[in-house]
Amino acid sequence: MTASVAVGARARDVVGTSPARPDGIAKVQGTFQFSSDLGGDGVLWGMTLRSPHPHARIVSIDVGPAWRIDGVAAVLTADDVPGSPTYGLISHDQPVFARDVVRYVGEPIAVVAADHPETCRRALAAIHVEYEVLDPLLDPEAAIAGTHPPIHPDGNVIRHQRILCGDPDVTGEVVVEGTYELGMQDQAFLGLEAALAIPDPGGRGVELHIATQWLHEDRAQLAACLDLPVEAVRLVLGGVGGAFGAREDISLQVHCCLLALRLGRPVRMAYSRRESFLGHVHRHPARIWMRHHATADGEIVKIEARFVLDGGAYASTSSAVLLNAITHTQGPYRCPNAVVDGWAVRTNHLPCGAMRGFGVVQACFAHESQMDRLAEACDLDPVEIRLRNAMRTGDVLITGQPMESVAPVERCIRETAALPLPDEPIGGHDHDPMRLPGGAGRTADEAHVVRGIGWGVAMKNLMYSEGFDDYSTARCRLADGQATLKFATAEVGQGFVTIAAQIARTVLGVDEVELDRIDTQIGSAGSTSASRQTWMSGGAVDAACRQVRERLFELVGAAHGIDPLRLAIDGTDVVDTAGELRVPVAEATAGVVIDETVEYHHRPTEELDELGQGRCHTAFAFVAHRAVVDVDPELGLVKVVQVATAQDVGRALNPLSVVGQIEGGIAQGLGLAVMEEIVQTDGVIRNASFTDYLLPTFLDMPPVVASLVEEPDPQAPLGAKGVGEPPCISSTPAIVAAIRDALRQVDGVGRRLDRVPVRPSDIALERQ
Amino acid sequence: MPVLTPVSLDDAVRLLDAHPGALVLAGGTDLMVEINEGHRPIGSGGDPTVVVAVDRIAELRTWTVDRGADTVTIGAGVTYRELLDEPLASLLPALAEASRTVGSPQIRNAGTLGGNLGTCSPAGDGLPVLSALDAVVHLVSAAGRRDVDVHDLMVGVKRTSLAPGELIESITVPLLDGWQGYSKVGVRNAMVIATASACLVTDRSSRTVRIALGSVAPTVVRCPDAEAFAAGVVDHDARTVPDDAVARFGELVAATSRPIDDHRSTAAYRRHAVEVMARRLLRRAFPGRPA
Amino acid sequence: MTAMEVYTLRVNGDDREVADAWLGESLLYVLRERLGLLAAKGACEQGECGSCSVLVDQHLVCSCLVLAASAVGREIVTVEGLAPVGVPSDVQRAFVDAGAVQCGFCTPGLVMAATDLLDRIPDPTDMQIREELAGNVCRCTGYGRLVAAVQQVAVARREAGEPA
Repeated sequence: MTASVAVGARARDVVGTSPARPDGIAKVQGTFQFSSDLGGDGVLWGMTLRSPHPHARIVSIDVGPAWRIDGVAAVLTADDVPGSPTYGLISHDQPVFARDVVRYVGEPIAVVAADHPETCRRALAAIHVEYEVLDPLLDPEAAIAGTHPPIHPDGNVIRHQRILCGDPDVTGEVVVEGTYELGMQDQAFLGLEAALAIPDPGGRGVELHIATQWLHEDRAQLAACLDLPVEAVRLVLGGVGGAFGAREDISLQVHCCLLALRLGRPVRMAYSRRESFLGHVHRHPARIWMRHHATADGEIVKIEARFVLDGGAYASTSSAVLLNAITHTQGPYRCPNAVVDGWAVRTNHLPCGAMRGFGVVQACFAHESQMDRLAEACDLDPVEIRLRNAMRTGDVLITGQPMESVAPVERCIRETAALPLPDEPIGGHDHDPMRLPGGAGRTADEAHVVRGIGWGVAMKNLMYSEGFDDYSTARCRLADGQATLKFATAEVGQGFVTIAAQIARTVLGVDEVELDRIDTQIGSAGSTSASRQTWMSGGAVDAACRQVRERLFELVGAAHGIDPLRLAIDGTDVVDTAGELRVPVAEATAGVVIDETVEYHHRPTEELDELGQGRCHTAFAFVAHRAVVDVDPELGLVKVVQVATAQDVGRALNPLSVVGQIEGGIAQGLGLAVMEEIVQTDGVIRNASFTDYLLPTFLDMPPVVASLVEEPDPQAPLGAKGVGEPPCISSTPAIVAAIRDALRQVDGVGRRLDRVPVRPSDIALERQ
Repeated sequence: MPVLTPVSLDDAVRLLDAHPGALVLAGGTDLMVEINEGHRPIGSGGDPTVVVAVDRIAELRTWTVDRGADTVTIGAGVTYRELLDEPLASLLPALAEASRTVGSPQIRNAGTLGGNLGTCSPAGDGLPVLSALDAVVHLVSAAGRRDVDVHDLMVGVKRTSLAPGELIESITVPLLDGWQGYSKVGVRNAMVIATASACLVTDRSSRTVRIALGSVAPTVVRCPDAEAFAAGVVDHDARTVPDDAVARFGELVAATSRPIDDHRSTAAYRRHAVEVMARRLLRRAFPGRPA
Repeated sequence: MTAMEVYTLRVNGDDREVADAWLGESLLYVLRERLGLLAAKGACEQGECGSCSVLVDQHLVCSCLVLAASAVGREIVTVEGLAPVGVPSDVQRAFVDAGAVQCGFCTPGLVMAATDLLDRIPDPTDMQIREELAGNVCRCTGYGRLVAAVQQVAVARREAGEPA
């Protein structure tokens, strides 16, 4: 990291500083309560029976043998769902339990509750389900072509959307094209799905302690399935061990509540790692064709593209992911003409939905690979081609939407380019074999290794799109010099709890800020996703605090006969900007309670029309990445040596947290670039474990050199943009470009590497 | 107690004899994965209800050098971490290199060489080394002791020729006079199962070069054709080998492998990888080119 | 399921009785579900993530891969045994100050591993930190602040040990 992060001497923990997390000590001491830590005497365990087939008709289910096992308290199936038999974030197409047909390997069929997890396992093994195996739909193109019978009443196409911009017939002097593929990535949070459901007496309601991204959306879907009034379903955020999109959809929420309500006693559920792979949505695998037309100077004239996203068995957020993908076809570059065709389809693969980057990861790998090809065709440097096309505020996107966000694309690229390259040669000054590709495996000697450099630049929309009003609610209570904040914003590790308190300290001039429990006893905060909580819930907390401050000024003004408009906060005092008065906030609020609740809404957006035109997005952020990678071309092994990045953050409310998001996001981008993929063959997952689904370790992740580009966005309530997603978007293509660069040095040609993750065989073996 | 913790080998053997079907627990790094996943039924009805933990048997936790015979005998309970410690690491450098690639520090603290053999995965990191060294495995049971060639112990994917009630006591490997090394391809730079692995050892006194491969056949395999070829082309004293012989050696090694396609990699890549590793290992062993 | 007789584990210096357990229970399960020691976390059940790291007879191991009943007579140390609640160790404090904590799920395991590392290697190089902690997967941080936290402790201990 650069020296821009100061964590040392600080006067007060206000906005712009990097105070410690309020939950930090509890987390390092192991006393922080995660949802999987909730239990207690007499709490039963719940566990789920899942389909072994990607597509089959359920002929019969015999739960009798499970009931006969000692310690089993309940066995529930589709017949036991009192309310809506299905749920879903956008369309309610996913069954709580499969009744007649299963559509993916891992689809829930039944749940059991018992006294011990091992009893649960034995009970699940005792349930006999007879299946008639059906022909699975595994090829997304067959879903588009309509050659496979519908696998769901809603059909096999989840969404088809075109974008037509400018002149479709214009051509460029230079044309480059490619077809790009991305494998299915898993969010792989460490804290597995877990919940504790506590029923109200008489089954009139339920309290669910749950690790989720969006308490109120869970509650709405839950209440419908449980056939309870929404207010009878109370959700409390259980400690969340990471999310990254995988906790936006329902997983075990309904099952856990059903068991608790049926039994009239608390029930907990906790997924195993294998079950987690089956039990949440993943990043959409994609196949993207792109053709860029440009002038001989490398200026983009037109982009043609076709996106196919495999949504798996149920819709989840596929339609929104597709929207994001196709509307980011151009990336952070000007593009006057475009013809884009996008499909999100249903198959018998694992369901896909939200994951950090949300469709833009897919688009970015394609457009950045294309930019490098364009650079090569125009005989330009990869940096130069990007600078020539860099988007600016005021440019018009291919959807017709003007770029109204601050768009420091050129600055991101230039600042990244100015960051120092690694000073260590291949193998390091100490010639440690651990530094080489292959690490402890000692596969390479220094002479076998080539170093490459690659670039990636990205644009990412912030907040929700297409007319969705994803508001956030916050309450601020000020009394006796202490502020208490209440919100339903899911803290999933990103650090909103830290900046919420910083905002309150800044606005109110208090040092003591208490955070109330995060639950549904206040209005919705929307989802912790789409890089939106700093802007939305940060905006809500800021607005609530400001409203409280106005009331405070009125009180002080009245007490001292001063126009409240003259008052301001200076440090921890209320001061008269046109006079002598200076009253400590603590003194001014002694015996006083000011309590305000505010909803913050972003400006409205529109749906796309049939031709893909409309102001569908709220705001945008930008980022550039430069990767340095050592490659063993003969074995196809890779060691990323350094990633440099300059990110448009608007304003860094907590620089240390921003760095944490940048480094963590890059690690996930690195994972997608070179190792992470859920492998399914014939619709069956082959690597549902951390032994075979590989995450980057300490030895895979290189040092990150980062520069924060701070140009406060006037649209953003605090000038701050969301920072969570951009790091994982263009880091992937930057790493792949660096591998290509290294391979080009070997034989002057290299490899196309049109698919991520790049496998050793893709590098080492000639294409078949 | 259903978990029995004998502190002597005699007791362990007696307990295994008294409890047919008992599970033997060494470092636990393989067995516990199976129990946690529910793949190894335990503790109910017809399942095994007795576990014999062999991690407190002092005889299994030691190693000895026999300078007369020029051999090292390693107790089955010696951990990978201990194999990385001096002086063992210098005596058996290929085994130390292999041990460094096993799992994580936590796994290396618990996992044992005997457990690696008992599990007998084709990807077991210690096994190509034991194979290349022609290790002799000492087994013990109530019926007595017997020695088997390591290759006769490994009979299939996670299958050994251990008899019921039989324990691995120790492993004897020779101290060779020459370079030895281990190489392993995985998709990650740490904590990864071998996509393919190879161990090459050389011995000046017997004028031999030996190479064994992991993850490219149901068990670890040796490469007799390549070894015979190498014997004729290397110069053990000058430590040289010609470039074209290195290439040929790689081809012969690849020809011995019988890899498969699976979710971790492809047969074609694995065959390629052992060829490259074999070439590089031979070159490391004989860095010079004859004049 | 056949319950076992009573056995006793020595955890953080205390003898803790375990009754009516199932034979197949891991040390992780027993610590969390029977002894109420919730700091060690389960995230993979196969020794691939390090979240459940504890010390057994001073060796860092994955408690998910220790058969609980086989740990009788061993000295087991968990995060709860490192420092009293509210009085974090220097390693724990450095994790918080350096920004090495996000969601915190991997954190207790990493605290155990980093504590063990610094006890064995007081002044580790960057590569030693990375190799010794490679058994602990973190999905949030990208490891940069974790490396920084360990380095901070090493520096602080060195400075504290030097004569003024």
